[in-house]
Amino acid sequence: MASSAAVAESRAPRESRDSVVVRFAGDSGDGMQLTGGQFTQATALAGNDLATFPDFPAEIRAPAGTTFGVSSFQINFGARRIKTSGDAIDVLVAMNPAALKVELPHVRTGGVIIVDVGSFSDRNIKRAGFTESPLTDKTLDGYRVIEIDMSALTMEAVKESGLGKKEALRSKNLWTLGLIYWMYGRDRQPTIDWLNGKFAKRPEIAAANIAALNAGHAFGETAELAGEMPSYSVPQAEIAPGEYRTVSGGEALSWGLVVGAQKAGLRLMLGSYPITPASPLLHILSRLKQYGVVTFQAEDEIAAVCSAIGASFAGDLGVTSSSGPGIALKGEAIGLAISTELPLVIVNSQRAGPSTGLPTKTEQSDLYQAVYGRNADAPLVVLASRSPSDCFETAVEAVRLATRYMTPVMLLTDGYIANAAEPWLIPDVDAIAPFEVAFRSDPEGFHPFLRDDKTLARNWAVPGTAGLEHRIGGIEKGYGSGHISYDAENHQKMTDTRKAKIDGIANDIPEQAVEEGEDKGEIAVVGWGSTYGPIDRAVSNLRAEGHAVSHIHLRHIWPLPRNLGSLLGNFKTVLVPEMNTGQLVAVLRSEYLVPAEKVSKVSGQPFKISEIEDAIRARLGA
Amino acid sequence: MNVAPEKLTAKDFATDQEVRWCPGCGDYAILKALQRTMPEIGATTENTVFVSGIGCAARFPYYMDTYGFHTIHGRAPAFATGIKLANPDLDVWVVGGDGDMLSIGGNHLMHVLRRNVDLQVMIFNNEIYGLTKGQYSPTSRIGTRSPSTPQGSVEAPVSAALFALGAGARFVARSVDTDQKHLPEMFKRAHGHRGASLLEIFQNCIVYNDGVFDGFKAPAVATDRQVRVVHGEPMIFGKEKNRGLRLASSGFEIEAVTIGENGVTADDVLVHDETNRIMANLLASMDPDTMPVALGVLYCDPAPTYEAGVVDQVEQARAAEPEADLNKLLRSGYTWTV
Repeated sequence: MASSAAVAESRAPRESRDSVVVRFAGDSGDGMQLTGGQFTQATALAGNDLATFPDFPAEIRAPAGTTFGVSSFQINFGARRIKTSGDAIDVLVAMNPAALKVELPHVRTGGVIIVDVGSFSDRNIKRAGFTESPLTDKTLDGYRVIEIDMSALTMEAVKESGLGKKEALRSKNLWTLGLIYWMYGRDRQPTIDWLNGKFAKRPEIAAANIAALNAGHAFGETAELAGEMPSYSVPQAEIAPGEYRTVSGGEALSWGLVVGAQKAGLRLMLGSYPITPASPLLHILSRLKQYGVVTFQAEDEIAAVCSAIGASFAGDLGVTSSSGPGIALKGEAIGLAISTELPLVIVNSQRAGPSTGLPTKTEQSDLYQAVYGRNADAPLVVLASRSPSDCFETAVEAVRLATRYMTPVMLLTDGYIANAAEPWLIPDVDAIAPFEVAFRSDPEGFHPFLRDDKTLARNWAVPGTAGLEHRIGGIEKGYGSGHISYDAENHQKMTDTRKAKIDGIANDIPEQAVEEGEDKGEIAVVGWGSTYGPIDRAVSNLRAEGHAVSHIHLRHIWPLPRNLGSLLGNFKTVLVPEMNTGQLVAVLRSEYLVPAEKVSKVSGQPFKISEIEDAIRARLGA
Repeated sequence: MNVAPEKLTAKDFATDQEVRWCPGCGDYAILKALQRTMPEIGATTENTVFVSGIGCAARFPYYMDTYGFHTIHGRAPAFATGIKLANPDLDVWVVGGDGDMLSIGGNHLMHVLRRNVDLQVMIFNNEIYGLTKGQYSPTSRIGTRSPSTPQGSVEAPVSAALFALGAGARFVARSVDTDQKHLPEMFKRAHGHRGASLLEIFQNCIVYNDGVFDGFKAPAVATDRQVRVVHGEPMIFGKEKNRGLRLASSGFEIEAVTIGENGVTADDVLVHDETNRIMANLLASMDPDTMPVALGVLYCDPAPTYEAGVVDQVEQARAAEPEADLNKLLRSGYTWTV
């Protein structure tokens, strides 16, 4: 820890907290995501466990001061395992009236609200939809409000930098960060290093930002002496030993794909088209060319998937990534990859829909699209990541299944997972078992749809191999020849075989384990994807009260784990919380004839722990 | 590219699959010409890939004993781009009809041409949808009667050559299906060009649009209605070889003149410069009702290829970090030990 924090520590005892939820909120141009990112890093370095929730508008620079232009970043950190970004805000930093207007309903009663009064002009107050200043009427009764003219203090702090007013005010977020660093006794040095690196070519900007950061921090110290500012200590969490970093879903996913490709002995070719919130994958992989990665920003979603399939045909691992609307466009080509039985990884960073929907908001409503969303009988493998760091393992698994079974694999993440970050115990890549692909090279008895008896995967012969010249395509192939065939019985056999191949993967994936609780009892709460955190915490809370509730979380959505049906049969009630109107629940009901019940949320926001807890409680003892 | 161990023949490029085009279809002539040309250009069966979309023309890969990928409607250029990115050494041919390439696949054609992916795109233009039973296509002329335009089409057609030039193609050529001398020549030129080559082949659909190109293809009129352009040679045509193209006095278009009439001499006839994009545009723009149809290489001006640029960047990245280690990557940035 920095000496400054230690000094503050010595002055007055900090209030100790088990966990805290802080939300930074301001205009989309206020740098809230950057502020949150730096605070996340400082918090991880301080030894807390954490989870974040970046929440921003679809507009890049929405009109200043409007409620729809509010960008925010929430972090939940603590001395215990943190599994969600937090239900209610303990400390809200509101950079303007609009941010206060939008976030106030989420602040817990008695919570701390820090406002920049410098931005509470009559114009901004009206623009945010308040009729009177919320600082003077009763709006903020019941909260601990700290009014600071951050704008003026920032201007004062950076006076010597010689920057113009507009540029100087840009440092306001660093001033805020400095203050919050002080509140939680965080080390400023990594942020100072980061600023010096980022603005190496404009040292005056770096200096101004550092001055603002230090000034915010000093303000905390001074105000604290006057008894105006609360300060807290959050003890270190008990965390398994090892080397850690913070990782976003986009990073973990990209690295998992690269590691998977390496384990398969293949180069990775990503064909992608920019779309929110899937673009981070394209950005990150584009910087990993030294690992044999080729990225192709195609002219559209269709060309993106087609180029990836073309790359697979030629012996690369083809990967494409998008969000729901883009996946819809890729549907026909995915059918071709299924029909020609080529490996392909399709990443769907789900967002709220239908159509354009809420591009930057999270939802899990593409499960039907993933499992069923193609013409004809077109089965593929569907996996889902539960958290940012879990993207790594699921990505490796996606590559393993795609190459071993010569099939497209759809990997579902969502906007929340893609952008959120959490600490990650960094795995040893060398310890991951390889699954090297063996291309066919022997012309003896070859035809392109010759299958492995066990996996039913066809052999993969790549162009450039002498003696294995062949043609494949979307027209039905003869089972025993690979030539086009319009034969009726052959089509039945090929359809059955394609289905059997995917169904058989159930024998190559782990049996479904129970995340928490017994393998039988009153209620099984079954989830998939990013609902992991809130379900897990809700189930923990109810188990602590002695209820026979268990948490089951699916990574393998299709095929489903082979024991899942019998496992669900061990519970009186099966409850499925999902950020859709009930998709997994319908799949489970149709596959197992279990009377599973749904808990639905489609507000573009993650579940709160309390929402799931209430839903479980309503069924307890029913 | 691998060197073939022994001299291949046209037969080596033919599959055992029964060819399923309608008897008399122009596609047969194209297939035959290409199978004949492949050994002459040093192609090998294992390094060649034919990629197609959907339509009559798109069945082409099934009849070439090379690698082949019969994909989905309009998207062949995108698949081909992925194939070239995975293995730039492969010799890739994209085959499609006018509907496949200029209607549903127009977007992909534009981008494969402007990116300059090193492959050959052949458009079999018959000005009609064949496989779906005769609807008008984006190259059909105004007034074309078809099942979907019983009173005649009211749409202006697209010109494949002008589209390609507009998209930034560095090689644009035209030929006709039945010309077994000129067509192989164009295959060779297209194949020899490094970068995206666009070859439009006027192809007769005997069932739904028979004779649509007779206005310049029929033997009786061919020499008068076609001008075979050759780089560095004057653009002369006609039975008597006394017709020629020259720049009109306006300077913005080409006109057809007769040598020896109105004081026109052989020196007035334009010499074809295939590296001149403006000239290529003028040649492609000639109205077939009043002017001859320009066949041959209208434009050829090589530029760096897309995949070469991609490979360069990968190599630069590798050179900058020769010991790229995934464990190191995962530990880049801030880490801490608990």
